[in-house]
Amino acid sequence: MARHTGARDVAIAGIGATPYYKRGETAGQSITRLAGEAILAACADAGLSATEIDGLAFYSLARAGYGDQMEAGELVETLGIRELTFTAALTGGGGGSAGAIGLARAAIVAGDASVVVTVMALQQRMRLGTVVASKAATPLGSFVQPAGLAGPGHLMSLLTRRHMHAYGTTRDAFAEVAISTRQNALNRPKARYREPLTREQYFGARVIADPLCLYDFCLESEGAVAIVTTSLERARDLRQPPVPVVAAAHGGTREWGRGFSWFGMPDDETFASSGHQAVAGWLYRRAGVTPRDIDVALIYDHFTPMVVMQLEDYGFCAKGDGGPFVLSGAIRYTPERKPGSIPVNPHGGQLSEAYVIGATHIAEGVEQLRGTAVNQVAGAELALVTGGPAALPTSGLILGRDR
Amino acid sequence: MSSTPGGGAKVAAALPAEAVKISVDPSTEPFWQAARERRLVAPRCADCGTFRLPPTPFCWRCQSAAVDWTELSGRASVYTYTVVDGYPGLPGITLVPVVVDLPDAPGARLVSNVVGVDPADVSIGTELTVDFHPISDGWLLPVFRVFRVAGQPAQERRA
Ligand SMILES: [Zn+2]
Repeated sequence: MARHTGARDVAIAGIGATPYYKRGETAGQSITRLAGEAILAACADAGLSATEIDGLAFYSLARAGYGDQMEAGELVETLGIRELTFTAALTGGGGGSAGAIGLARAAIVAGDASVVVTVMALQQRMRLGTVVASKAATPLGSFVQPAGLAGPGHLMSLLTRRHMHAYGTTRDAFAEVAISTRQNALNRPKARYREPLTREQYFGARVIADPLCLYDFCLESEGAVAIVTTSLERARDLRQPPVPVVAAAHGGTREWGRGFSWFGMPDDETFASSGHQAVAGWLYRRAGVTPRDIDVALIYDHFTPMVVMQLEDYGFCAKGDGGPFVLSGAIRYTPERKPGSIPVNPHGGQLSEAYVIGATHIAEGVEQLRGTAVNQVAGAELALVTGGPAALPTSGLILGRDR
Repeated sequence: MSSTPGGGAKVAAALPAEAVKISVDPSTEPFWQAARERRLVAPRCADCGTFRLPPTPFCWRCQSAAVDWTELSGRASVYTYTVVDGYPGLPGITLVPVVVDLPDAPGARLVSNVVGVDPADVSIGTELTVDFHPISDGWLLPVFRVFRVAGQPAQERRA
């Protein structure tokens, strides 16, 4: 029923990635080298020459991680792009990852570009857990930084505590997210972690920002992922089955605003949340579908509790029920989707496969709808891809199958 | 969690002065100038009375730029908190970063630290009172201590 709803005017035609490395392993390479390698792979996947690219749709202000920058001019220079007619980025940070495909769509639908690449390349030049502490003081940051909240996990521990207080969520729920995601990575050739994670390991791990422990944090990995978006019509003539964009949305509301850089969200509903409620609503309305129509969910997993909160905000369970929902086994991958369940991150996510600021989730959504995923959800027709819980924009994407 | 391996109770601290640098702009400077005089203030919209923190150029409710800087009692309560052992370059420090509600500035919250307390004695709802802690460049940072009525123990932990 949901097969023909939504936009479906553009499609993802190609995906590509570098290998996924551990922190420091790509230090000898440039960001342009990593990004270029992923772009060339995505073009090859699509059956296009990189010289045919005419648009770039970045997110995170085209930053590559936390200090580096991707430069359109450098990519044009080295990839031989003939004419670049669109180059833009969503504002914010990793919150915009899924939404960048919406930016690509905007360029294509407006007629400004026809082959649009979204790319993220990441090297870890500083420890992720210190990125907040190491920022130069700003007038607004001076209202958070002095408290010693050194990294993003420290900021999110404050939302997590409030969720536990308001809804009775326990660390068992976060353990289930970490353990089930690891389970999905075991057979993934490129996954950084392919050993099972036990409850004993989880509960024995160092607590970094109470209640969050080591295994609640995503990996510090390196690598790049690129996605090629074009019109659905053109994608049908290319090498891979097109994966249509059913809906894309980005943004947020005043009540979320800067989220866990602000902490002024007025009530538990918004404070103990992923900040995605508004985007979720826009996305389902634009797609003409409901959470029950989604077959597989690629949920941005920088921190386990934010997966729990996104499951609530995207309506897979009621607000506050995220803990019991995941503990029921509802997010475990099984080849056949069971009623009331939603397979989450069958690629092992950022917790166990690789952290490339949301881009691996888009690639996995594409593979699921091509029917070629390593952990394939049988007959998947609709995939939800989310951007990071972050200062707005947050973003989301629903991908479909052609015809 | 409340005890170090040696058996002594942990005490939550604030970062040492040299580890904390702030910057100010015309919207935020009155907050920090008041803190330097050991006064906690918050901007209240002069047109509609809405409090906001951090201080920003306009009132989100009515878009006015006019502000009354209102002196607060310094009382606060814990809205949420975390406990962090260690900070880059300071492996031995224990921090209890908090988000506090301010009863006399409804709708505005501050991110700060609870200091001088065993972290196990902090929970959501714990009543606090402001204190001021030296940071770089001669500024003072508002931090919070558990509120105690003279001659009485700290308020009972809430669930
Ligand atoms: Zn006002």
